[in-house]
Amino acid sequence: MSNEQELRVSKITQGTVIDHVTGGQALNVLAILGIDGSGGEEVSIGMNVPSERLGRKDVVKVEGRELSQDEVDVLSLIAPAATINIVRDYDVVEKHRVERPGEVMSVLRCPNRNCITSKDEPVDSRFAVLEEGVRCAYCDTIIRESIADHIHVG
Amino acid sequence: MPQDHIISAKHLSRAGIESVLDRAAEIAADPDAVADRHAGKLLGMLFFEPSTRTKMSFSAAMKRLGGDIVDMGPVDQSSVKKGESLADTVRVVEGYADALVMRHPLEGSAKMASEFVDVPLINAGDGAGQHPTQTLLDLYTIREAAGFSNLTVGIMGDLKYGRTVHSLAHALTTVGAQQQFVSPESLKLPRGVRYDLHEAGASMREHTDLEEVLGGLDVLYVTRIQAERFPDEDEYRKVAGEYQIDAETLSAAKDDLVVMHPLPRVDEIAPDVDETEHARYFQQAHNGVPVRMALLDIILEGNL
Ligand SMILES: [Zn+2]
Repeated sequence: MSNEQELRVSKITQGTVIDHVTGGQALNVLAILGIDGSGGEEVSIGMNVPSERLGRKDVVKVEGRELSQDEVDVLSLIAPAATINIVRDYDVVEKHRVERPGEVMSVLRCPNRNCITSKDEPVDSRFAVLEEGVRCAYCDTIIRESIADHIHVG
Repeated sequence: MPQDHIISAKHLSRAGIESVLDRAAEIAADPDAVADRHAGKLLGMLFFEPSTRTKMSFSAAMKRLGGDIVDMGPVDQSSVKKGESLADTVRVVEGYADALVMRHPLEGSAKMASEFVDVPLINAGDGAGQHPTQTLLDLYTIREAAGFSNLTVGIMGDLKYGRTVHSLAHALTTVGAQQQFVSPESLKLPRGVRYDLHEAGASMREHTDLEEVLGGLDVLYVTRIQAERFPDEDEYRKVAGEYQIDAETLSAAKDDLVVMHPLPRVDEIAPDVDETEHARYFQQAHNGVPVRMALLDIILEGNL
C-alpha cells in the first residue's frame, strides 16, 4: 500500500472505506448504502482517481458506518473489484474484497410492477445473481442493464 | 415441507412428470378405485381472480377422490378487499384445509404464499407467470397422442404474456421435445423464460411464420392473442389474423398432427378444425380432472 493511499484510508476515525470502486459508480455506492446526505452522515468521495489496477477508480469513505452483508452483496454487482476497509480508531482493522454472491436480498427492487414483491407484503426482494445480471426469485424478471437503477433502500 | 408445493413447471423433473401422468392414466382407467380415497380431506380454494374452468376442474378432481372443498369465494366479498396481505390470508386459510389451490393476478404470488404455509400449495396461475397444472394436463394429452420420443411441438400465439406457454416450454424441455415458437415479434418469449430454456439445453427456435415449421410438427399448441396487447384495434386485427388456423391451413401439416389449445378460444382456431382428426382441445380440457386427481392424490399422500 502506498503512503498516499494509507493517508487517504486513515483519514476517517471510525467507519468504512470502499476502495477500487469502478470509476463513476461512487454515487450508486451511496445509493446502495441509502445515503443521500439528508441523514447528516459524514461522507467523502473521490471520483475517477488514477489507479494502477483499474485505470480510474472511485473511493467512498463513510464515517461511523459499517456495511451489512446485503449491502456488500449488491455492491459487488456494480463494483466487482471493490475492497472494503473497516476502520476503527484510525486503523484499518479489516480489509476484504467483495465477492459475487449467489443471491442478493432486499437492496434491489423488482422492476416488474406486477411482481408480488412490489406490493405491500411482508417479503424482501430476492434476486439470483446470473453470469450477466440478476433475476427476481419470485417473478423471474431479469435485470441485465443498469442494475444500479433498481437500487431501493428503506 | 416446501418440496410439496407445486409452484412452477421448472421444478418438475422428468421422473416427477412421468409419475403424475402414470397415476393420472391409472385413475382415468378406473376412477371408482379412488372414489373414497381422500374422504374427509379438504382442499382450500383461493381464487383471487375469476377462473371458473380451472376452479371447476379442481373441485371435480377433489370430490371424485372423496374429498371436499372450502372456497374463499370472490375477492370482493372477502377480507382481501379490506386490505389484508396475501401472506396473512394464506396463513389463516391453511388452518382450514389439507392443501391449497391458489390463483392470483400477480407474478411470484404463489411462490411467496408457499413460503408462509406448511400445507402443500398448488399454483393455479400467478399473473403472467406459471400455471403448472395446466402444463401437466397438456403433457398428459401430448404423451397420449404423440408420445415424448422424437417429439416436435409448435407453440403459437401470445408467447410473451401466456403463462400456459411459459410453463409448457419448461416442461417440454424437461421431457426432451424440440420446440418451435411462432409469434409476432412483439409477443416473443420473455427474456427470463428464454434464458431458462437455453440454460436447460432446450432444442428450440423462434419464428414469426407458422408456414416455416408446420410440416414438421407433431403437435401444434395454439394460444390466444388478446386485443389489449396492442395499441389499437386495427393493429391487433392485422397481427392476430396471421396467427389463426383453419382446416385449410392444416392441409400442409402431417396427417397425425395434434392441435391443442388451453381454451377458451375465440377465433384463433376456426370451427371447421373441430371436425378434423387433428382437434384434441376438448379432450385436453377433459384430461384436467384425472391429472388434477393424480396430483392431489400424490400431494395428499405426501409422495411428491
Ligand atoms: Zn419480481
